[in-house]
Amino acid sequence: MAPRLELRGISKSYPGVIANDNISLSVLPGEIHAVLGENGAGKSTLMKIIYGATHADEGEIRCDGKLVPEHGPAVSRELGIEMVYQHFALFESISVVENIALSMPGKMDLDGLALRVREVSERYGLPIDPDRLVLTLSVGERQRVEIVRCLLREPKLLILDEPTSVLTPQAVQKLFETLRQLSDEGCSILYISHKLDEVRDLCQTATVLRNGQVTGETDPRKATSAELARMMVGSDLPEMMVESSELSNAPILSVSNLTLEAESVTGTSLKSISLEAYGGEIVGIAGVSGNGQGELAAAISGERITNAAEDVVLEGRPIGHLDAGKRRDLGLGFVPEERLGRGAVPPYELSENALLTAHRKGMVKHGMANRKKAREFASHVIDKYKVKANGPEAKAHGLSGGNLQKFIVGREIELDPRALLISQPTWGVDVGAAAHVRQTLIDISRSGQAVIVISEELEELFEICDRIYVICHGKLSQSLNRAETNVEEVGLLMTGIGSQTNDSGSTTEGFDYAV
Amino acid sequence: MILAQQQRALTMLFKIEARPEPSRQMALAAPLIATGLTIVISSIFFLTLGLNPFLTLYTFFVEPLTTKNGLSEWLLKASPLILIACGLSIGFRANVWNIGAEGQLIMGAITATGVGLFLPFQESGLLLPLMAVAGVIGGMAWAAIPAFLRDRMNTNEILVTLMLTYIAALVLSWLVHGPWRDPEGFNFPQTALLPNQGMFGVFDYAYRLNTSIFITGVVVVLTWVFTERSFLGYKMSVGGAAPSAARFAGFSSSASIWIGLLASGAAAGLAGMMEVAGPLGQLSPQISPGYGFAAIIVAFIGRLNAIGIVLGGLLLSLLYLGGESVQLSLGLPSSIALIFQGMLLFFLLASNFLINFRFRKIAMRAH
Repeated sequence: MAPRLELRGISKSYPGVIANDNISLSVLPGEIHAVLGENGAGKSTLMKIIYGATHADEGEIRCDGKLVPEHGPAVSRELGIEMVYQHFALFESISVVENIALSMPGKMDLDGLALRVREVSERYGLPIDPDRLVLTLSVGERQRVEIVRCLLREPKLLILDEPTSVLTPQAVQKLFETLRQLSDEGCSILYISHKLDEVRDLCQTATVLRNGQVTGETDPRKATSAELARMMVGSDLPEMMVESSELSNAPILSVSNLTLEAESVTGTSLKSISLEAYGGEIVGIAGVSGNGQGELAAAISGERITNAAEDVVLEGRPIGHLDAGKRRDLGLGFVPEERLGRGAVPPYELSENALLTAHRKGMVKHGMANRKKAREFASHVIDKYKVKANGPEAKAHGLSGGNLQKFIVGREIELDPRALLISQPTWGVDVGAAAHVRQTLIDISRSGQAVIVISEELEELFEICDRIYVICHGKLSQSLNRAETNVEEVGLLMTGIGSQTNDSGSTTEGFDYAV
Repeated sequence: MILAQQQRALTMLFKIEARPEPSRQMALAAPLIATGLTIVISSIFFLTLGLNPFLTLYTFFVEPLTTKNGLSEWLLKASPLILIACGLSIGFRANVWNIGAEGQLIMGAITATGVGLFLPFQESGLLLPLMAVAGVIGGMAWAAIPAFLRDRMNTNEILVTLMLTYIAALVLSWLVHGPWRDPEGFNFPQTALLPNQGMFGVFDYAYRLNTSIFITGVVVVLTWVFTERSFLGYKMSVGGAAPSAARFAGFSSSASIWIGLLASGAAAGLAGMMEVAGPLGQLSPQISPGYGFAAIIVAFIGRLNAIGIVLGGLLLSLLYLGGESVQLSLGLPSSIALIFQGMLLFFLLASNFLINFRFRKIAMRAH
C-alpha cells in the first residue's frame, strides 16, 4: 500500500536557523501519526511545508505515491490535505455557515451548506449550530467549526496543530473519539503536539523532532513517556524537588470580592473573585483560555486599576488603586504571558530591558539612567538563570521564547518580591527551560514568598502547586488542595459545571462540548 | 505563475526579510545610497530637460555654500528646523504625534511679540529673556490643548494639533490686520518693529545669522541627554516602542502625552520667538515658510536622534537654498526644485528600510 503522505529529505532554513534538516516520514492511510517535539523543534514549519503555506529548500513530497510539485494551499486541498491551525481563522461577526461557505468552492448555497454542516457535525459527534455567530462561540466550539470545515471536504489527510491547548480534559477525550472515527474511515491524521500523554493515548506512530532533525520514530503506545521525552529533549528531565514548607501566618496577597468589567466585548468580566496566597506556597489558577485569566492578571499586577483599593491587598496594605510600578515598589512581582512587547521591549537590549522594572535597584540617579548598573544586572541575571544570550547587549527579540522567559523571570525574582504572579510560565518554552522555570518557582516559594501561577496546562499545575483554583466565565472556584483533588474534578470545574449560579450570558458561551 | 518560474529553472528571485539585528553598516550607508540614487536619477531627469546635470547639481548643493551670506542663511534656516525637530522627536519616540508645531510656532511668535511690544521693559536687558519665556509658554499653551483633550477625552492629537495650526494662523492674521497693526505702518498688515533690546544680536551686520543659534545648540545637547541618558526619556520611549510593556512596568502614559506635547510645543514656540526676534523683527501674516511641518521630516530623517536631527536640519535647509539658487541662476521653475527635494527625501526614507530589512537572493529550482 502506497503511503498517503511521504516526505523525503525535507530541509528548510530561515536566517540564522535550520528549521527542518533532512526530514523524512511517511503516513499510511488511516494512520494517526504524531509529530512530537518541543517548541522550536520545527514541527510547525514542517506542517506548513506539507500544507503548502511555505516551500522547502530541498526534498520532495509524495501523496499516494505521486510526486507533489511545489504547491500552495489550494493544491493541497485538491489533494485532500486539510489543516486545522492552532490559531483559528474565523470571522467573528458572521455566522458559522457563512464562515464555512467562504472556504468552499463553487456557488454559495447557504441553506444547503447548513444542512451538510449539521449532518457532518452529528455524524462525527461535533455538535454545532450553523446559524450561531462565531462571536458567541467558545474556543472549543470554534475549533469544532474549523474541524467540520475540513471534514466537509472529505479529506484524506487531516493535519491538527496542537489542537488540545484550548480544551478541557473532557473535551480532549471527545475530540479523540472523533479523530479515531475518522481514522477508522481511512482518513490519515497528522497530530502535532508536545504533550506526551495525549500522543501515547491517541497515536499509532510518532516521529520525534529535535532541533529540526528526526531523532526517532516509534510506536508511542509501547514507549514510555520518559523514553519519548528523552528523544524530544536529548537528555533525561530533572526531577522536580518539591519540599513541604511552613506557611506564613497571614496571606501575603489576597484578592477579595473583585468584580471588574471587561475592557472590550471579547473580554471576560470578573465576577466577585476572592483568593489568597500565603508565603511558602504556590497557588495555581487553572482554566480554559479566555475565561478571565488575562483580566485577573491585569487586575492583580496593576496594569488595570480595580474599582476599590481593598480589592487587592498585599501584606495588609490595599493596593487596588495603585499602578503596576507602585505595586512593584511594595513587593509584588509579575511575569506576563506575552514576553515580547509586554514583559520586554522587543528591539531593546537586555540591559535596557533590565531597566524596565529593575530600575528601582539603584539604576536611576538624579533622573539619569545608569547604563552600567543595568548591564551588570542583566549579566547577573543571564548567568544566574542560565539565559542563552550574547551578553547584556543582545536584543530581546533575538532570544528564543524560553531564554527570554528565563530572563524575565530572573529579572522579576531578583527584585525580591513578597508575592510573585506568573502567567503561563512555560508557554512556548522548551522542556528543559520549562523545568528550570518551574524549579525556580518552587525554590522561591519555599524561601517564604507567595507564588501565584496562572496556567492552562493542568499537568504543570499539578506538578508544582500546593493549591489550585479554577477560573470559568470570570468566576473563581473554591480552592482545592492538590493532594485531595484530581484532573477530573478540576476539568469539570473548568467547564463551569462545578459553579453554582448561572449568570446571564453564560449559556451562549457554554462548554457543552465537554459533556 | 509558479509553472513559469519552474520553466525558467534558474530565474533569480529576491525575497525581503527582516534582519535579525538592525545593520550598523547600513545605518551609515543608507544616506550615501540615497544621495547616490538621487544624483543618478536627477541627472537623468535634468538631462531630459536639456540641462547640464553637473552644473545643476553644483548650483543646487554647492553654490549656496560658497558665500558667507550663503553660509549665514544656511544656518539661519537650519536653526528653527533643528530646534523644532528636537522637541518633536521627544514626543514621536513616545508615539505622541504632534503635527501642529507650525501652530505652536505661530503662537510662540505672537506671545513673544506681545511681550516685546507691550510690556514696560522696552529698554531693559531682561526683555529678550522675557520674550523667550513668553514664546515657550505660548507654544506650550497651544500644545496643552491637544494634550488635555487626548489625556482626558482620548481625542486624536494628530487631528487636534493640525486643526489648531489653522486657528493659530487665523489668530495671527486677525492680530496683524486688527488690534496689533502698526499705526505708523501705512496700513500694511504687520506690527511695529520690536525694540532693539528685544532682538538677538547678529554676528555681522552684513548677514542675518544671529546669536539665537546658540540656543538651538543648547537644546540639541539637552535633547540628546534627555532621550539617550535620562530615565524619563527611557520611560517615554518604552511607551512608544511597546505600550503594553510601559503599562506592565507602570510607566504613566498620560505623563508621556503631556511631556511629549509640552516639550515639542515649547521648542516650536521658542523657534517662533527666535524668528520674530531675529530675521523678521515684527509679526506679519506669514512668519514661517512651513518650518513646523518641515521639522517633522527633519525629525524622521534624523531618526529621532538629536545628532541625526542636526544633519537632517542642515540638509533640509540646504534644499531650501538650493531650490532658490537654481531658480535664480538657471531660471528653473520652483516646481522642479520641489521635485528634486521630493526625490531626495524619498530615497532617504526608502533606504532607511535597508537598516532593518534585507534582500536575499533565492534561486528557483526545477522540480
